[in-house]
Amino acid sequence: MELITPSIGLVFWTLVSFLVLLVLLKKLAWKPVLGAIHERERSIEDALNKAELAREEMARLSNENEALLKEARAERDQILKEAKELKDKIVAEAKSAAQVEGANLIEKAKIEINNQKLAALDEVKNQVATLSLDIAEKVLRKQFDDKQKQDALVSDLLKDVKLN
Amino acid sequence: MYFSHVLNLKNHASKALIALSLLFLTFNSFAMQEIETEKTIIEVEKGHVNHEEKFDPTVTILEHIGDSYGWHLWGHTSIPLPIILITPQGLDVFSSANLFDEHHNAAPYTSAKYTYLLEENHIKILTADGQVDEALSAKVYDFSITKNVAALFISVILLLIIFGSIASSYKKRTGMAPKGLQSWIEPIIIFIRDDIARPNIGYKFEKFMPFLLTVFFFIWINNLLGLVPIFPGSANVTGNIAVTFVLSAIVLVIVNVNGNKYYWSHIFKPDVPFWLLPIMWAVEIIGVFSKPFALMVRLFANITAGHIIVLSLISLIFIFKSLAIAPVSVAFVLFMDVLELLVAFLQAFIFTMLTALFIGTAIEEHHH
Repeated sequence: MELITPSIGLVFWTLVSFLVLLVLLKKLAWKPVLGAIHERERSIEDALNKAELAREEMARLSNENEALLKEARAERDQILKEAKELKDKIVAEAKSAAQVEGANLIEKAKIEINNQKLAALDEVKNQVATLSLDIAEKVLRKQFDDKQKQDALVSDLLKDVKLN
Repeated sequence: MYFSHVLNLKNHASKALIALSLLFLTFNSFAMQEIETEKTIIEVEKGHVNHEEKFDPTVTILEHIGDSYGWHLWGHTSIPLPIILITPQGLDVFSSANLFDEHHNAAPYTSAKYTYLLEENHIKILTADGQVDEALSAKVYDFSITKNVAALFISVILLLIIFGSIASSYKKRTGMAPKGLQSWIEPIIIFIRDDIARPNIGYKFEKFMPFLLTVFFFIWINNLLGLVPIFPGSANVTGNIAVTFVLSAIVLVIVNVNGNKYYWSHIFKPDVPFWLLPIMWAVEIIGVFSKPFALMVRLFANITAGHIIVLSLISLIFIFKSLAIAPVSVAFVLFMDVLELLVAFLQAFIFTMLTALFIGTAIEEHHH
């Protein structure tokens, strides 16, 4: 019975010391300790959240960079393509212009050559005519040196007229 | 200087213990020591006579798990503790050393008011002719600083030192990782908060955290000190029904003061046919008291049982009167002590856990 009979003295002192302990620990220890733990946990959570945000921001930025890079690449390709096209066009234009010009030149040369040839032929004809006349004059002069031959010719000519 | 504040703590603790010891060593302790030497000589002579006295383990064990006036250290050395009595003639304070003679047996002591005698560990008033005055003795209220009270004070001071230093290291190291003793205690505090308070009480748990933490560490440190066989341990504080009675009475008050309308309507307006109500009231009101009562008995019985087992195993040596049994006893005691270390934590945990659970049911918002 002794063992399970609470003695008033011990009950009193336990009550007093426990309540004093509770009040003192609440004020001295639990408030700052729990506050500090809570504060630390909140700051850790904050830091983690911030890290997560930073990570997302990083991902966003790198995505943006990627997109920009892609865009730049596409633009460069476009520019290169356009330049190539332009070059091809210019070359083609130049080629066709040169061809036209060449053809023109050849044509003009041909006409010139033709003209030159005609002029030369004219001159040759004139020379031939002059030479022929000279030769004919000299032949005739030689032929008509003698009177008989002249009379024969005139009678020949007259004969032809009569026959007609 | 990684453990510097632990060293400081030890320093504080030893200072506190010295101060405490000085407090309890009342003025005549010097005289006690002088008597001590004479006493041992007499005891040696007397020893031969008492040698055949039969060893009674029940008496020894009950003496060890019970409370006592004066703190027995070793042999015939004990720390006398103050006796505080509220008698019909007023307050009477004297040292417990006065109640014992030089042979450490109970002896009558005459103060300015009455003559007292220790009989079966109770202080009785003697009449003028040396007889115990039962009627007058019943009117004496004993508020003595007994061994258990002194051990209680030591544990309170230890707790204040430990948690004072931890709180200061929290202030010093704001926002930093815990260090030293702080990192050892912090997981336990977080365990109580996240695994005991929060799941059982709900979102209002913060209001009850100081009580839960205090009750947990109070029970735990007293359980542990109870396992230490020498001063400042050795007292069976949490294995004393008075201590567990006070703790569970506080739980009873906290639970019922915080009980909301659902809790009370569950007790007084349960969902039963009206003619069952009187029976239900009786059952529910018994329920209100039986929960803390179970807490009281559980802690008391567990700790006392552990102490009884350890003491019984030690008693085997004296029952068999053989040193050969000692290794067996020591092995078993070692095993039991390790088990008791677990029980010390477990009982503190269970008490705190059930307290949280009772508070949780009392403040639960909606009803099933």
